[in-house]
Amino acid sequence: MQNLLILIPIIPLVGALLSFLSGKIDKAVSGWVATLAAFLSFFLVCYFFTGLEGGSVIFKQTLFDWISINDFATSTKQVVQFGLRLDALSMLMCLIITGIGTLIHLYSIGYMAVDPSRPRFFAYLNLFLFFMLLLVLGSNLLMLFIGWEGVGLCSYLLIGFWYKKTDYAKAGRKAFIVNRIGDAAFLIGIFLLFYAVGSIDFLDLAKFFEANKAVSVASIVALCLFIGATGKSAQIPLFVWLPDAMAGPTPVSALIHAATMVTAGLYLMARTHFIFEQAPQVASIIVVVAILTSFIAALTALVQNDIKKVLAYSTVSQLGFMFMAAAAGAYWVAIFHVVTHAFFKACLFLCAGSVIHGCHHEQDMRQMGGLASKMPITFVTYLVATVAISGIFPLSGYQSKHAILGALEHSGFSHWIYYLAMFTAFLTAFYMTRSLIMTFFGKYKGHAHPHESPLTMTIPLIVLACLSVIGGFYLQDRLPEFLSKILNSKTHEHESIFASLLHSWTGLSGIFLAFIMYKFYPAMPEKISTMFSYLHRIFDNKFYFDEVYHLCVVTPLEKIGNFCWKVIDVGFIDSAVNGTGSVVEVTGEISRFFQSGQTRTYCLGILFSTVVVILLCFVF
Amino acid sequence: MVPISAYLILSFVLFSIGAIGVLVRKNAIVVFMCIELMLNAVNISFVAFSQLHGNLDGQIAVFFVMVVAAAEAAVGLAIIIAMFRNAETTETTDFGELKF
Repeated sequence: MQNLLILIPIIPLVGALLSFLSGKIDKAVSGWVATLAAFLSFFLVCYFFTGLEGGSVIFKQTLFDWISINDFATSTKQVVQFGLRLDALSMLMCLIITGIGTLIHLYSIGYMAVDPSRPRFFAYLNLFLFFMLLLVLGSNLLMLFIGWEGVGLCSYLLIGFWYKKTDYAKAGRKAFIVNRIGDAAFLIGIFLLFYAVGSIDFLDLAKFFEANKAVSVASIVALCLFIGATGKSAQIPLFVWLPDAMAGPTPVSALIHAATMVTAGLYLMARTHFIFEQAPQVASIIVVVAILTSFIAALTALVQNDIKKVLAYSTVSQLGFMFMAAAAGAYWVAIFHVVTHAFFKACLFLCAGSVIHGCHHEQDMRQMGGLASKMPITFVTYLVATVAISGIFPLSGYQSKHAILGALEHSGFSHWIYYLAMFTAFLTAFYMTRSLIMTFFGKYKGHAHPHESPLTMTIPLIVLACLSVIGGFYLQDRLPEFLSKILNSKTHEHESIFASLLHSWTGLSGIFLAFIMYKFYPAMPEKISTMFSYLHRIFDNKFYFDEVYHLCVVTPLEKIGNFCWKVIDVGFIDSAVNGTGSVVEVTGEISRFFQSGQTRTYCLGILFSTVVVILLCFVF
Repeated sequence: MVPISAYLILSFVLFSIGAIGVLVRKNAIVVFMCIELMLNAVNISFVAFSQLHGNLDGQIAVFFVMVVAAAEAAVGLAIIIAMFRNAETTETTDFGELKF
């Protein structure tokens, strides 16, 4: 059975090829081919799930030895294998990737129904599934890195899918370049680990860190891996790419920039948790970064008017929550939130897509309103997902957020972090409800004729909404047990009723306040924003991160680049190369003069030199 | 007794005429004849030195030269005919393809 493991990622890869090629014949077919590939992969994952026996079995498949190095000093052979490994953690990720992936593929058929280049879209989407599955199935860090880079590539391709708009192409480039910074640190981490341990296989690493406590290299490796994670999972200081990534088609935002790829950083941390557990200083860095990211993104989301931007900042904020849980050592809680977040955020994004689709590519919420009656299914699913993300009992967001807050409360970190996280949860509820009211309540302010989306789009919405409702309940007891072989999944037994009440109250109060401000006193937000116009500007420009980066990084780099181009390249290197050329040319011209092509000239040369030689013999 | 210098001067004069002919004349057949002249000039000096030293080494070398000259005549004339068939001329200046 485990020899079939490679099929899980291969099916979407073949699907990518087939959907692109079938698109050459009939564009309508390509979407179905891609969806079928995603579904087959999901089916196979489910098949493996039945064989996993509650997380106690691990499937392994080694395809070949990829890199083998002979160490001359110790004459041992170090091998990096091209291998796959499926355990409970990667199974969970695979289920999310292929399951939600299938739904989003199905949704895309409706969403992209009139786009002329949709075969390319579906090919990219399937290619993304391939790399993402490789990422979670890899048996060592290098395999993970292939997937890591691959999903980055697909993200770039899909953000800039409508590359004819320069802004979109630029957004894709920004995502790619910002990620590269994190990847450099990630690579350094892998090198260090290989240097220190001599292997990058997860099993070997786990054994090594089990046997050796207080490994000196752990802190620096953990820091490097975390910087890698900040790139992919959009944390400060590398989160700036994610809001811009909304340039891509909405299904892409749902699949890549909400449900799967951005959680790769969390997956990496959970996978290598044994390293992080030996680096308590790094944990405190992570928790500070995470809470700041979460808080700043939530504040920025408060004032966004683009429906996708709200969701993007919300994603950044929720990722911050996950990192907080990971920093507190509650890795299963982080993964729990990854799962529930995948449900409701994918649902929210797809609803946003449905709204955008229905309003003829209008994304500004000020041009919407009153869509509840016109798009009833979208409205209900958006409502459910909003309540879920706000953390209202008994929907899925409640359990995971409650678990995160609980973990933070019981961790050794300062209580301020716990309070700030709670406040951020309140803000989450507030801005999500704000977007709900602005989009679906009141009177329609746009000029298009909104209509409900086709079945291919509404079915995924309904499925995801159902999952957002029951997911948390279903998983909160089963997940810790399922992951217990891999992660330390202790739950806090003695939870006070008070804490539970407090945690659900934060969400409720956020929703309540948003209703007061945006539904019953619609003039109030305007008044407040003029009162605090300074703060409003800061929030609106996401604390001027982009501007600061532009000043500190982009402009100097451009200057250096210009210097290298105009002075070093054109002035120095080019003249050296061209100079070599002209020296050869002049030499050639001179020697050409002696080569007349006439035999007699050469004969004269022979005769003349012979005479000279003979004369020289006489002289000496 | 004719002194050796006379033979050598004759040989030198013939060789020079041959060499100048090769360099100056355009007609391939004449150039060819001049080469023969140079070979025979050398033959004269070989025989003269053979006479001077009183052994047969030089004479034998002459036979070799004559064999080579005969072979060369066979090949060379064939080449000239081929050249003529190709270009309808035996002027050496018309065959300048060595320089592209």
